[in-house]
Amino acid sequence: MSSPHPPTTEQLSPQLSEGVPPRGDRRRRAAMHPIVWIPAVGVALAMLLPAVYLVIAASDLSPARIGGILTDPETLRLAGRTVLLGGTVTAASLLLGVPLAWLTVRSDLPARRFFAIATALPLVIPTYVGAFTLVGALARGGLVEDWLGIVPPSPYGFWGAFVALTLFSFPYVLITVQASLRGLDPSLEEASRLLGHGPVRTFLKVTVPQLRASAAAGAILVTLYVFSDFGAVSILRYSTFTRGLYLQYRSAFDRAPAAVLGLLLVAMTVAVIVMEARTARDRGGQFGSRGPTRRGPTVPLRGWRWPAAALCSLVVLGGLVTPMAVITYWLVRGVQAGEQVNVAVGAAGRSLLVAGLGAVVAVLAALPVAIWAGRTRSRIARLVERVSFTGYALPGIVVALALVFFGIRVATPLYQTLAMLVFAYVALFLPQAIGSIRSSLLQVNPNVEAASRSLGATRVATVRRITVPLARRGAIAGGALVFLTALKELPATLLLAPTGYDTLATRVWSATAEAFYTRASVPALGLILLGSLPLAVLMVRDRRELA
Amino acid sequence: MRATRHTWQGAAALLTALAIAAAACGPGTGADDPVTVYSGRSEELVGEVFDGFTDETGIEVEVRYGDTAELAATITEEGEASPADVFFGQDAGALGALQAQGRLVELPDDVLDLVDPVLRSREDAWVGVTGRVRVLAYNTDELSEAEVPDSVFDLTDPQWAGRVGWAPTNGSFQAFVTAMRVAEGEDVARAWLEGMLANDAVEFENNTAIVEGVSRGEVAIGVTNHYYLYRFLAEDPDFNVDNKYLLGDIGGLVNIAGAGVLDTSDLHEDSFELVRFLLSEDVQRRFGQTVDALEFPVRDDVDAPDLPSLEQIDPPDVDLSRLEDLQGTLELLREVGALS
Repeated sequence: MSSPHPPTTEQLSPQLSEGVPPRGDRRRRAAMHPIVWIPAVGVALAMLLPAVYLVIAASDLSPARIGGILTDPETLRLAGRTVLLGGTVTAASLLLGVPLAWLTVRSDLPARRFFAIATALPLVIPTYVGAFTLVGALARGGLVEDWLGIVPPSPYGFWGAFVALTLFSFPYVLITVQASLRGLDPSLEEASRLLGHGPVRTFLKVTVPQLRASAAAGAILVTLYVFSDFGAVSILRYSTFTRGLYLQYRSAFDRAPAAVLGLLLVAMTVAVIVMEARTARDRGGQFGSRGPTRRGPTVPLRGWRWPAAALCSLVVLGGLVTPMAVITYWLVRGVQAGEQVNVAVGAAGRSLLVAGLGAVVAVLAALPVAIWAGRTRSRIARLVERVSFTGYALPGIVVALALVFFGIRVATPLYQTLAMLVFAYVALFLPQAIGSIRSSLLQVNPNVEAASRSLGATRVATVRRITVPLARRGAIAGGALVFLTALKELPATLLLAPTGYDTLATRVWSATAEAFYTRASVPALGLILLGSLPLAVLMVRDRRELA
Repeated sequence: MRATRHTWQGAAALLTALAIAAAACGPGTGADDPVTVYSGRSEELVGEVFDGFTDETGIEVEVRYGDTAELAATITEEGEASPADVFFGQDAGALGALQAQGRLVELPDDVLDLVDPVLRSREDAWVGVTGRVRVLAYNTDELSEAEVPDSVFDLTDPQWAGRVGWAPTNGSFQAFVTAMRVAEGEDVARAWLEGMLANDAVEFENNTAIVEGVSRGEVAIGVTNHYYLYRFLAEDPDFNVDNKYLLGDIGGLVNIAGAGVLDTSDLHEDSFELVRFLLSEDVQRRFGQTVDALEFPVRDDVDAPDLPSLEQIDPPDVDLSRLEDLQGTLELLREVGALS
């Protein structure tokens, strides 16, 4: 697919090219074939189910009561805290994720390949385990005080939740930006260097703008994840919207007030998405390359090599080594006390199967949406893409109960089958796949497809033979993300899996809920091991492509 | 483009596999349907008991484990098509909520008669299976049993300022506050909560965290359930925490883990059989002897060797189904500022 000729000026400055139709070009805007937009609209309608359920559930209440809940100072306070936590965690994730991605992909960082995987691995640790281990390590009388004799800062409250959520969710930014860096055509940077700009200026003026779309895609995953998280905020005692919503479900046996809170969360999600659309709006700078590319040159860090390695080590220490050390400590202590250790091979296999199916189906469902949204300026396409975020930002229990409600009425034979659970994973995690695929498509100049058409290929053939293969890198990264998050998903797995279908995540949950830490340790380590698989695959593929 | 074709073929193969798996896992319609249990008690605690039931009766059991309240909510959302036959919950409130929705059928007399009347539904809709007693867990390095107060109402004394842990967001704590509202009145409950807050009670996420906090010395006393202690003792025999039972005090509320049979079940007889089995002498004795999950038997004729008898504890007479009124408790907790 790569051209034997050196790049032309036009390709080096895509702003001048005609690859992107100008706004208002209705003919080009509507050019997407029904084979793309019909499934995309179908997917979007399916993703609306949780919101529809919330409307049905909330309609049990009188308008006055709904108004009362919405204007309750407690509701507003929770909303404020949720926005504060989401905003700060997202900012910190960008500050950590973008430099780390560049270091692990483009620099001569010591042990670069190790760090590329290890810094992404905190994502495989469920927050309900990660936060728990932070408490075990940092709380008064915890392991740090026990072993080192120093009293660490308290892990409870805003700062604890902020640190835990940043550590365990910044890899969303890291992974999407890493994928984008790997697909970046180095010719633009080379041109900048040839024109006399230094490496720092080139990074800031040429590289960073090309990463904007992927960084924004990762950032929105972080923000909305924080909105939906229950594990960390409950264990670290920082009340957010989702914690309030769970409290309502768990103790009041009344779904209607909880549904109102859920709808408010949907509204907040819409606000975040609109903001992201403003910052990430493509300014013509993203279409850098014409397909699979060579890797950009490795940048020597010189005196910064070891400080950079220290930063990476610190992240790995906090997000991976600490939780693993605490889990291993539970295991060793229990084995010494004579506890039986169950290896949980069956549960690992079931986790692998269902998370793998979830990843594959999510990628297949994401492709039409991402291609439509990434390849046209259609407003409907953007709307369809945004609709898919509702399930992602809602707490898992809401999506799970929505699918219980519809599943048992509409898809009775599928209720509580694997198919149902896989559908739940798609509803929960689809944006991860869409974002990755769309950012990888944005790196490819649409002229490639135009060339295919001008050479006589039909629109369907062009999508099948050009666009989909070009989206492959993003599809794999997106599939890996969905796999990781599906692996640790709890509420939907507990309610929608076939009866008796226990996974590593449900084992960890059931054991920690009863304080059987030794029994939780083996499945928890299994989760981390399985989660590192797709990351390793990503790395190996990357290496092979370069070879 | 060969890679693309392979990708599509692979995806098609996976989808086919998925469809087959889905069909294989679909609900069966055979004559000997298994009894489906929605269990808010975890597999760690009760999995072997269900296996024992199948061994003894030949009736197959399928169990869905989850959070008690979430499973109750699931049954509500499932409506008439619910696959659940038996609901086994961790607290009386969830059972009371299903009872209030008319979702639980009346249990046969021979089942009801096995259980102490305080520990079952006043409308015969559910029975307690084990008792879980509210206690004060205390740090044995810091306090002797005599130094620990005899009533929760003493915890508002200034000498305990900042030394007591509680879990206001936790279901069993909220059930206890509900019981206090029912037994002692709204004003007493409010005054107690305000007193605790003024005394800087330390908030924990759940009972496990409380016991850990007591052990680490974060607090000297924790308001919690009796059985968490035994989990820790199983992993560490020298664990520095012990329980004080509050005899005759509302703080010594006996809540239950209990079971009911759903109106939508078409296996009522098998379901009753399962509940009967949970109340059988052997199983009751076992619940009272499992080292790491020691709970109170609900039968008068079975004693747990390491626990005081229910008679000694003298549980406050509260209609446990009324623990369903958690909305009022949530509002009260919110008003006094206990839910941060």
